[in-house]
Amino acid sequence: MPHSKILVGTKKGAFVIVGNPVRKKWSLHGPILLGNIVYHFVQDPRDHKKMLIAAKAGHLGPTIYRSINGGRTFYEAAKPPAFPAPMKGMMKLTVDHTFWLTPGHESQPGVWFAGTSPQGLFRSEDHGDTWHSVDGFNKNPMRDKWCGDPKDGPPDGARLHSINIDPRNPEHMYVGCSMGGVFETTDGGFHWAPLNKGCVADFLPEKDAEYGHDPHCVRMHPLFPDRLYQQNHCGIYRMDRLKTDWKRIGKNMPKRIGDIGFPMVLHPRDPNICWVFPMDGTEVWPRTSPGGRPAVFTTRDGGKSWSRKSDGLPAQNAWFTVYRQAMTADDRKFVGVYFGTTGGEVYASRDEGNTWRCIARHLPRIHSLEMAT
Amino acid sequence: VALHRAALATDSFAGDGYLKVYVPGPLRSYTKGKAEVEGDGESLRELLADLDSRFPGMRFRMIDEHDGIRQHIRFFVNAELATLNTKISPADEVQIICALSGGRF
Repeated sequence: MPHSKILVGTKKGAFVIVGNPVRKKWSLHGPILLGNIVYHFVQDPRDHKKMLIAAKAGHLGPTIYRSINGGRTFYEAAKPPAFPAPMKGMMKLTVDHTFWLTPGHESQPGVWFAGTSPQGLFRSEDHGDTWHSVDGFNKNPMRDKWCGDPKDGPPDGARLHSINIDPRNPEHMYVGCSMGGVFETTDGGFHWAPLNKGCVADFLPEKDAEYGHDPHCVRMHPLFPDRLYQQNHCGIYRMDRLKTDWKRIGKNMPKRIGDIGFPMVLHPRDPNICWVFPMDGTEVWPRTSPGGRPAVFTTRDGGKSWSRKSDGLPAQNAWFTVYRQAMTADDRKFVGVYFGTTGGEVYASRDEGNTWRCIARHLPRIHSLEMAT
Repeated sequence: VALHRAALATDSFAGDGYLKVYVPGPLRSYTKGKAEVEGDGESLRELLADLDSRFPGMRFRMIDEHDGIRQHIRFFVNAELATLNTKISPADEVQIICALSGGRF
């Protein structure tokens, strides 16, 4: 049985948490790139020795670090993501940071995609060394309307995230934009269309707006790619393609908890099971665990019902939350679920969320968790 | 775990005629820890191109994709605030400064 490995991205560097084969003992390793703001730290599932880190430093511009030896050493990318000169009449955009990294389709070794703040999509064909604009999105005549002015975006910056590639077809992808909404391409990124019907956007004046939404995390099931889930600024949703409208499954969450949050994680095999980490989205949006009592909620029936899973989590006075990349799951028989908090703790469950244990604490604010081998 | 930069073609010049460039701490991973390096060019823009050719990636950390100086970076030539178009000569001293405001991160 293999060791479990969790790649952790934090406000002050990256770490690796290694678990023994039965996932009972965990050890913390690092820091890597201490002092750098690490937004995402991802291993290539097609070649486990290759890893990418999306980072920036407080004073300096953004970059990508790459490892080709399983994380022993990191090199800076020769050409990090950067916006091209704008088309006439479009906004001049500069990459503040790369926020999201996704390895490409299994049939395209070396291909990676990156999502940036402000919202931009970039592609590498050399394992992350050089990056090129996906002009079908970044230079799309509708891009500025879809994504709005970056100054109007979320407090930490408007972002392109949740890059999902259809395992059946590398030309078919979904991305999420905060702000902007969910977008789909079926031709490898040359053309894109909004996919937001059914999503509430109570911060927009227009009811049933075609775009301008705020998906926080969009997930496509790896074995059943027609099943999509979304944790949105305005609720939890599910879509079963070829349908084109989102169904608000968060309405089935307990009313006192609500269905606002950042992350959403899917079971690697069962498309009806997923986990969310609700936060307080009432009044001025504290973005803390509701009532200071953190809990994971899980559904095992595709969102028809939800159950609270907090055994082992702090029972009260815990006011953290969990960011959109900071929750993940492994693919073991009894799926392990993991989340990292804004308070620098990592919690692990080795029984599909039923019980939890803190496996690391006192880390900087956690931005991302990803499984590695 | 180590951070490696691309091998430097050269990080100093043998002869005179090159100006001194002060490198702040956050950028010294590019200069193998050196706080001062020599550079070449007739403008700050040319100097940064020269530095980037010897310390690959360094320029993009200071200058964005549209030639904008990044928010927390400033350049001084002989203690005067400079732009990319500021002319320089071998007798000048160039300081790259990281603003205190970067600490908010």
